[in-house]
Formats: sequence, C-alpha cells, structure tokens
Amino acid sequence: MTDTLTKTIFGRLTWDSLPIHEPILVGTFIVVALGGLAVLAAITRYRLWGYLWKEWFTSVDHKRIGIMYLVLGIIMLLRGFSDALMMRGQQAVAFGSDQGFLPSHHYDQIFTAHGTIMIFFVAIPLVVGIVNFVMPLQIGARDVAFPFLNNLSFWLTVAGAVLVMLSLFVGEFARTGWLGYAPLSELAYSPDTGVDYYLWSLQIAGVGTTLSAINMVATIIKMRAPGMTMMKMPVFCWTALCSNALAVAIFPALTAAFFLLILDRYAGTHFFTNQLGGAPMMYWNMVWIWGHPEVYVLVLPAFGIFSEITSTFTGKRLFGYSSMVYATVVITILSYLVWLHHFFTMGAGPSVNSFFGIATMVISIPTGAKIFNWLFTMYRGDIRFELPMMWVVAFMLTFVIGGMTGVLLAIPPADFVLHNSLFLVAHFHNVIIGGVVFGLFAGMVYWFPKAFGFKLDPFWGHVAFWGWTVGFWIAWAPIYIVGLMGTTRRVHHFDDLSLQPYFIVAAIGAVVILIGILGFVMSIIMGFVKRDQLRDTTGDPWEGRTLEWSTTSPPPAYNFALTPVIHNLDAWYDMKTHGYQRPAEGFRPIHMPRNTGAGVILSGLAFTLGFGMIWYMWWLAALSFVGLFVVAIGHTFNFNRDYFIPADEVTRTESQRPQPLEARA
Amino acid sequence: MSTSPTETHHAHGDTHGHGSPRGYRIGAGLAILLTILPFWLVMARPLSSPGLTAALIFALALLQIVVHVTCFLHLDTRSEGGWTLLSFLFTTVIVVLTIGGSVWVMFHLNANMMPMPNGPMH
Repeated sequence: MTDTLTKTIFGRLTWDSLPIHEPILVGTFIVVALGGLAVLAAITRYRLWGYLWKEWFTSVDHKRIGIMYLVLGIIMLLRGFSDALMMRGQQAVAFGSDQGFLPSHHYDQIFTAHGTIMIFFVAIPLVVGIVNFVMPLQIGARDVAFPFLNNLSFWLTVAGAVLVMLSLFVGEFARTGWLGYAPLSELAYSPDTGVDYYLWSLQIAGVGTTLSAINMVATIIKMRAPGMTMMKMPVFCWTALCSNALAVAIFPALTAAFFLLILDRYAGTHFFTNQLGGAPMMYWNMVWIWGHPEVYVLVLPAFGIFSEITSTFTGKRLFGYSSMVYATVVITILSYLVWLHHFFTMGAGPSVNSFFGIATMVISIPTGAKIFNWLFTMYRGDIRFELPMMWVVAFMLTFVIGGMTGVLLAIPPADFVLHNSLFLVAHFHNVIIGGVVFGLFAGMVYWFPKAFGFKLDPFWGHVAFWGWTVGFWIAWAPIYIVGLMGTTRRVHHFDDLSLQPYFIVAAIGAVVILIGILGFVMSIIMGFVKRDQLRDTTGDPWEGRTLEWSTTSPPPAYNFALTPVIHNLDAWYDMKTHGYQRPAEGFRPIHMPRNTGAGVILSGLAFTLGFGMIWYMWWLAALSFVGLFVVAIGHTFNFNRDYFIPADEVTRTESQRPQPLEARA
Repeated sequence: MSTSPTETHHAHGDTHGHGSPRGYRIGAGLAILLTILPFWLVMARPLSSPGLTAALIFALALLQIVVHVTCFLHLDTRSEGGWTLLSFLFTTVIVVLTIGGSVWVMFHLNANMMPMPNGPMH
C-alpha cells in the first residue's frame, strides 16, 4: 500500500536515483553545492535579491536579457568544457590494460551531455544574447518587438539548462549521443531517465529559442529607424535576420521529431522503433532537417560579427556589402538542401547522395565569397590589431581549414570512409570553434564596453586569445590524423597502443584551451577591477561605424532619446563625418514596457512539468500544465504593462553625457 | 506591448487589406466549386484512370490553397510592404523542400532496404 503511494507521489524517483556510488559525481556535487551556497550567501549578505529580481530577472529590456543570455552561455561553457576535459583525459589514458578513470556508462553520458550542452546551452544562448543586445541598438530601436516574450524565451532556455544540470545529480543523462538517435533512444534500449531528461530539457529550451527567433525577425522587419532600408542595414542585422528566419523554420522539425519520440517512449507508439513498421531512419531525417540549418543559425551571426569588426578595425566601409548580403541569403536557402550529408551511409542511392553531396559543396562558394570580402576589406586598410581584430584573423585562418575538410567530407565516397570517424569530429569542432566560438569571443570583446562601460582587460584577453588559438590546433590536429587513419568517435577504450601519443597531445591541447577559457573569465574579472582605467566615456571606444556606438556606454534604458534618421549604410560614421551634435532638448516622454515576473513563473512551471514527466510524477506534470495555462492566460489580463519616462528625466539623463565628438578631443 | 520607435511607423500592422464583400463572395464561390469538383471526380468517375483522377484532385487542392490565401487571407504583393508574400513564399519553399526531400530520401532508403518483418514497407 505504502509502496503504491510512494510510486504515485515520486514516480520512479527513489534513493537509488542519486549517484552516491560514483565518487566523481559526489565530488562534483559537493563542489557545486558549496559554490552555489557561497553565491547565494553572498547575494543575501549584500542584499542583492531585490535588485536582481527587480532589475534583471523580471527585466524586459533587451540589453539586460542579452547580458543574462551571455552569463548563461558562459556558465554552461564551463560545464560543457569540463565534460570535454574528462573525455580527453579518459581517451589519453584508457589504452591496453588501463580502463581509464571513467566507467563506460558514465563516459557515454559525458559525450552526450558535452554535445547537447555546447550546442543548445552554450552556442545558442551566446548567439541569441549578442543578437539580443546588439541588433536593436544597430537598427535604432528602443527594444525588441515583443519585450515580454523575450524575457520568457530567456527563462525557458534557463529551465532547459537547469534540467540538464539536474540530470548530473538526480538520475542520469542520455547515453545516446547528442542527437538521441532512434532506435537507441527508444524505451527498449534506453529505459532509464537519461533520454527523458534530454527530450524534455530540449523541448522546453526549444520553445524559448523559437519564440526568441520570431521576436528577432519581427523586430528587424518592423522596427528599423526611419531611413534604414534593408540595404542600409548593418551586415550583422542581415545575418541575424537570416539566422532567426532559419531558426523559425527548422525548430518545428526538431520539436516534431522529439514529440514523436516522446510519444514512442510514453504512449507506446512505434514511430521510430524497430518493430511494427517504425522507421528509425525517419528520426535521423527529421533531426538533420533541423540539424544542418542549425549550424548556419549559429555561424551566420558570427559572420556578421566578423564583418562589423573587420570594417571597424580597418577604418573602411565593408568591401562588397551587397555581395555579403546575397551570400548570406544564398547560404540560408542552401542550408536546407544538404541535410542528407549527415547520413550518406544510411543506404540512399547514388542519385540522392550525389545531389546532397554537390549541394553541400556549393555552400562553400558563398562562404568563400565572404572570406574574400573580409580580406579585401583589410587590403590597404588601416588595420588596428586590437583583440577583436585578432579573433577575426584567427577565425579566417582556422575556419578555412575546417571548410576544406568539410568539402572533403561532402564527397560521398570519401564520407563512406570517414563517416563516424574522429576526422568528422575534428572537422565540426574546427568549424564550430573556429567559426562560431571565435566569432562569439570577438563579439563579446568588441561589444563588452558598450554593455558595461569599460573594456575587458587586454592582458588576460590576449591570454584567452592565444590559449584558444594555440590550444585548438594542439587539441585537434592529432584528432584529424587519427581520424583519417580510421579511429571512430565515442570510443571509451583503445587496444591499439600506437594511437596513445596522439591522444596525449590532444589532452594537452585541451588543457591549453582551458587556459584560454580561464583567461577570458579573468579578463572580465580584471576588467572590472581596473574599470576606472579601462572606462569608455565616449560611447565609441573603437571608432565604430554603426548606430550602437552613438549612444552612451552602457546605453540608457530607452537606447535613443530621439530616434535617429539614417542616410547611409555606416550610419554612425556618416553622422560623425557630418559633425553630429546630439540634441540637448526637445525630448518627449518615452513609452516603455514594464518589467514582469510572469516569464520566470511560467518557466518555473515548465521546469516542474518537465521534471514531473521525466520521473513519471503524473500529478506534478498535470498540476504544472494546468498552472502554465492559468498563468499564461492570467498574464493577458495584466494591463499594467507600460509606462512613460517623463521628458525632463530624459533631458536630465542626456545632459549628463558629454557630446561624443567633444569627449574624444 | 510593442514600443514603436517612431510615429511614422505603423506599429500594429494596419497595412493589412481587410478585403471587400465582393472578394469574399468570389472566394466562397470558388472554394465551394473547388470542393464539389473533386467529390464529383471521385463519385461520378468521369475519368477512367485513377492516377489521373488523383493528380487532378491534387491540382484542385493546390488551387484551393491559392483561393483561400488570396481571397480570405488577403495575401498580395502590397500587404506589409511585401513581407507577407515573401514569408509565405519562404514557408512554401521550405515545406516543399522538407517534405519532397524527405519523401525522396525515404523512398530510396526503403527501396534499398531488406524487407522488414511485420512492417508495411513491402
């Protein structure tokens, strides 16, 4: 009797679900718990709860939400990277009689969590964060189109991230690889909670990402400042538009695939099982219809960041602006035509394989056009090799290699040899680290003074740069080599001792990358410590060319006291050359959206819904589901959602800032 | 709540056409016609070839989509400065690519696979 009662209340959650028998996890838990308690105690000690809740958690300001996305991304980067270190460590020692320090059961969870976290909770939040912060400023808008939705999107992503982190200590994570391939992810082969953690956290975070993408597209289309036609829009906004339009189109495919898998696991259907007409290949097909364009969702904004930085640090207008825009649009369309190259070996005929192989190779043409545009922008430019520009050059050198191994893999016969090998793993790390991650670091260094009013510490910034660029090649060159020799991915233990030196070098490379990551964290800390020396008083520390540099650093809540009028592609450069003086009076009250806690509450309910479903606590899931509806509908009756900043307050804020051109002199 | 950056923008999308009674009448008439025709094709069997009948029904269904979209959803080149049409076309391209591509891929896989026990594949 009590047994059924416990089952009803706790589902399949028992004391055995806690990993007390795994020393690594217990150690991690103790460290995380102590660290978490220290943070909570510090927040309480300095009475920051009210401030955080009122000014940040409930904020609908696109700048604050953008910064919170970046904080989430960096925290999750530390988690994802510690998984990477453990994998590299395991593969460096697990040769011959040595089984390494990780049991295979745990190792499989680690490589799954690494991939899932790095894409969904590092790359996506960092990209969305930078777009969120920069794009409205670049188009001269006061906020995004739907400020509350923006807050909700962020907290839904957090809810997904918390579920993934929770799987470390309560139950376990999937052991299926980062895309949860069926039929391995079906109940028959993965009966525990791992795949359910995976599915629910990504479904919840996926809703957030989709809503955020809709929001960004609407903002770019509807809220550009007067005079900013599409072809006068900064390249970063173009790439943000294409990236988010892609995200709107592809995330439903992933959500549908996951939903069908959830039905298989919970309701006993047979969409992707081995029996009764299930088609596991359909899962791969649907997942990669999302998966390949997703790569471009991430890398297009990075291309935009490189374009902005190249133009700023060479003191020149971007070479071939319109070809850059067309290349972006062409990549957007082509990215839909290549998904099958992820499963050339599944058994399609030569006509299908050659079509998708050729389509894949064609993508290198617009991408190559972009590389040449950046090079021609630099050609005869007055290049200032400050940190953001160094990241751009490192990107070009690294990414081109990754692009070439990509074209190699696009040839179906070659792929039959290299499929599932470490060569493939090295290739996609080469394009994602060399393209997306370097771009995100470049963007964070570049826009950091805009967000906080002081630059990052340059010494530690250089440490981060060299750690990443050197560490990347030490870590991945050996993996390319062993991959080409035929070593497969996701291997827990090797018998061939001749491979060990390569993996030891790769592990050393990972440690060098660790120096890069810690260097970046240090550059934030030391930047804050030395903020008075690194202060940006002009609002335009890099001699920028686009609108975001025309406001103060950090910008006021309303971004622009008067909406700027755009005459030129490089709007701020154009204003500066015409001796722009900011108006000191004539302001009108500014209409602003009001903060709301509904996003946090809805996401909290989404979290408990996911947790209830994972552990079969049906009462909790049902209660949370009803709660979601009630709060969502209840929020529509909240009519107190906007306010006006009075004109004299705007005048006061504006009078406190020096004129940009005077401050420079 | 959207904060429009300027007063010159129409913040709430009021550039939508709302149609005329005449447009709705034409749309309703065409929609009814395009519904009756396929029923007639199936029930009266004026064409002997089932393949041709099916193809014709598909064509009428596509026409039906066009009628709905233009007469009831007022999709034209002018609404929202062309963005509505552009996003509709984008969606169409993506749907055609995704569904058409998946059918092509799965057909190939199916043709190359061994028959499945208890499966509907062969």
